[in-house]
Amino acid sequence: MSKATDIALSFFRVGILGYGGGPSSIPLVYKEVVEKYEWMDADEFADVLALANALPGPILTKLAGYIGYRVAGSLGLVFALLSSVMPTVLLVIILFLALQTFQQQQFIAGMTKAISPVIAVMIGTLAWQFAKRGAKGLGHLINTIALALSAIAILLFHLHPAILILLCLILALLPRKERSRNEASS
Amino acid sequence: MIIWQLFLAFFIPAIIGYGGGPASIPLVQHEVVQNYGWLTNDQFAEMLAVSNALPGPIATKMAGYVGFSVAGWVGALVTLLATILPSLFLMLLFMGVLMKFKDAPQVQRLTSYVRPVICLLLVVMTYQFISEGVTDTGWVHTVVLIAGSYILLEKVKLHPAYVILVAMVYGGFLLS
Repeated sequence: MSKATDIALSFFRVGILGYGGGPSSIPLVYKEVVEKYEWMDADEFADVLALANALPGPILTKLAGYIGYRVAGSLGLVFALLSSVMPTVLLVIILFLALQTFQQQQFIAGMTKAISPVIAVMIGTLAWQFAKRGAKGLGHLINTIALALSAIAILLFHLHPAILILLCLILALLPRKERSRNEASS
Repeated sequence: MIIWQLFLAFFIPAIIGYGGGPASIPLVQHEVVQNYGWLTNDQFAEMLAVSNALPGPIATKMAGYVGFSVAGWVGALVTLLATILPSLFLMLLFMGVLMKFKDAPQVQRLTSYVRPVICLLLVVMTYQFISEGVTDTGWVHTVVLIAGSYILLEKVKLHPAYVILVAMVYGGFLLS
């Protein structure tokens, strides 16, 4: 039980201190799990992280669920998930209700009007990061071609992004001639 | 019916969104704004502003906010489960198999192959938010807000929560 409460506390701290989404809170998880409580060593943490990255979806909930389960069983899993997710979800809902309640007032209406351009900058910055990392992973040429092809598929042919992403995933998983190590595993 | 749609709208981004929560932002927007029309682009921007002003994982904040605004507490619960459970189940169930393949180049490639698509969707979103801004506030205010928040976020490195607050105060006085 005490292990489960430790789990709950540490993921509560991660959830409430991590800004910029799940991926940016990975170092906080490392600090709690490896350095503070020593539930696993750095190598195992690296394995878990690689595993979480190999799967889609939000990263922090995968880490919380897995580490919670690994350290304190099903109870740990539930505690880790609830404590990493619920505080900020409740806050976001409270803020939503506050916005709703006061939306009729002129001042609040003006406040919300200023939001779109700021979010445009934040999303634009995120896009730029994805473009830079894409160029690093795929090379400039292939990244540019991939961007152009995505643009054609989505803007011209209105393809659902899910279909386009599935095609990319299939393309990534197709076996091809590579070093011998992966031939043994595939 | 709406509960099932809410589930799908968050399940799909959760099972194809490689690259963590931020990568799922444009996928969620596609479902919530374009596909089902639950929120307008303006409301989606508000949601992102509120989420960005708070700590914690972005995917679950989006899920909670949208689920709650569409169908109350039940909606929030459904969208949260749809966001969290699929990938967590995969991770716990296929632990052994995945451990063997996690270093395989095919698996390593997944995130980098999806990245250009996400990037393009983010660019489209950026464009949409800029044009929303122009429609709501006109060119001048939009340019001021974009330039100002860019400088505060990227040059001054001010915390996003404060940048959003500054912008809202600006809007409260000048755009009401």
